[in-house]
Amino acid sequence: MKVVVDFDLCESNAVCMAIAPEVFEVRDDDFLYVLNEHPGPELHDKVREAVERCPKQAISVVE
Amino acid sequence: MTTIVVVGASLAGTQAAQAMRRAGFDGRLVMVGAEPHYPYDRPPLSKSYLVDAEVDEERLRLRPTVDPDVLAADWRLGRRAVALDDQRSVVELDDGEQLGYDGLVIATGARPRRLPMADPPTDGVFELRTLDDARALRAALAAGPTRVAVCGAGFIGAEVAASARERGLEVTLVDAADAPLDRVLDTEAGLAVADLHRDHGVDVRLGVGVADIDRSGPRVDGMVLSDGSIVAAEVVVVGIGVVPNTEWLSSSTLTIDDGIVADETCLAAPGIVVAGDVARWPNPRFGGRSMRVEQWDNAIDMGGYAGRRLLAALDGGRVEPFEPTPWFWSDQYDRKIQLAGVVGERREVVQGSVAERRFVQIYGDGTGRLTGALCWNRPRQAIMARQLVTDGETMDAARTKLA
Ligand SMILES: Cc1cc2nc3c(=O)[nH]c(=O)nc-3n(C[C@H](O)[C@H](O)[C@H](O)COP(=O)(O)OP(=O)(O)OC[C@H]3O[C@@H](n4cnc5c(N)ncnc54)[C@H](O)[C@@H]3O)c2cc1C
Ligand code: SF4
Repeated sequence: MKVVVDFDLCESNAVCMAIAPEVFEVRDDDFLYVLNEHPGPELHDKVREAVERCPKQAISVVE
Repeated sequence: MTTIVVVGASLAGTQAAQAMRRAGFDGRLVMVGAEPHYPYDRPPLSKSYLVDAEVDEERLRLRPTVDPDVLAADWRLGRRAVALDDQRSVVELDDGEQLGYDGLVIATGARPRRLPMADPPTDGVFELRTLDDARALRAALAAGPTRVAVCGAGFIGAEVAASARERGLEVTLVDAADAPLDRVLDTEAGLAVADLHRDHGVDVRLGVGVADIDRSGPRVDGMVLSDGSIVAAEVVVVGIGVVPNTEWLSSSTLTIDDGIVADETCLAAPGIVVAGDVARWPNPRFGGRSMRVEQWDNAIDMGGYAGRRLLAALDGGRVEPFEPTPWFWSDQYDRKIQLAGVVGERREVVQGSVAERRFVQIYGDGTGRLTGALCWNRPRQAIMARQLVTDGETMDAARTKLA
């Protein structure tokens, strides 16, 4: 699984970080950083949840 | 084969359907939606969609339905449920079709409340809930008006005002309350929203209602306010709250009280779950307070929960209650306003200041327990605060963690 964020859509609301802090981090500069573009299988459910809960539909995964 | 019918094909209904498919439901799934469109996302409609003619409607499609086959559903779009017989487990549609079900998800959402003198709104008066509403309003804003009058400074009204300003139009925003957003924020925070709009050139009139729509000919001339003054405008937008879509249930045995009343697991009757803007339930996280939440994230959360809840009901499984900490955002100009949880009787700014419009204000109940936090351009803190409310933290703990 590869995680892709469309930074033109992302508004740094950190919803994804609340769900999968191992993968997403919004830092003090208010930008989102993808910590792990290829999360292991144990994180796949969390990442899928983040895809669903992102209010801007900014995250996608390439399986 | 087991049949599950979902009435209301929008955010909550789609999420319920997706959750059930993910959980392995392989029976027949019927999605009934009154709108002719596949499910789409509403928040952009008052924001980017109104400002930017380039916003592509395809992008609004909800992800799970970009490919409608993913849900393997039988779509009944542009079709309305007109009655529910919950004793016989049958939903009747507007064309007479009778849909029998084993399980039913009701997610019929809400529609804009209307002014008695503009019901339905026509000829220059607009409301905003659907894609069709947004198309009409965007066309009117693009047709070269100079002045826009907005009745109601709730989220929709405030966002429409901001979007119209971004198009360079003159905007008047009127609300009968003493502050904008008075149903969800404290007065002072609401007044900060008023100041934000004033600084962007909006004429904000508070504490004065709209008495009438001003029209001499077929088109609107503006609004007549309760103090007798007239706000001239070529476009009038009404955003005075919403009404849950429950009329079609009047012949059922479901309890209706400003929404469909469910138990703490979203169950409204045996085999019937509810979710989203139409649903009312006691939220254990807030002492069993009866809630009906008109917010995007809740529709997702509750929709997914309700889908799993329904499957559990069908196969006798058990579930935990639905006890979320609500969270919403609103974008106005360059500000992101977010509220995690709910306002409380105590409040305190713990970071930044209201004056600089970048702050965190926490709320607590009489005992000092954290109930929520309002964040302006502090997105990370909003999500942290949401977790703190969920964890049952105190205001003291939140002050340290969010400062
Ligand atoms: C312009 C706009 C901007 C918004 N911005 C934000 C925001 O920034 N942040 C936020 O948190 N929330 C926002 N919201 C709120 C959010 O969009 C709603 O909470 C969410 O759409 C609720 O989803 P739902 O599925 O419960 O109901 P709805 O989206 O209302 O969908 C209900 C569907 O059911 C259909 N229906 C109704 N009756 C019947 C029937 N009898 N038979 C068949 N179908 C029926 C309706 O046509 C509709 O398609 C916004 C809403 C709007 C309108
Ligand atoms: S949830 Fe979406 S919008 Fe929010 S920070 Fe993550 S990617 Fe960006």
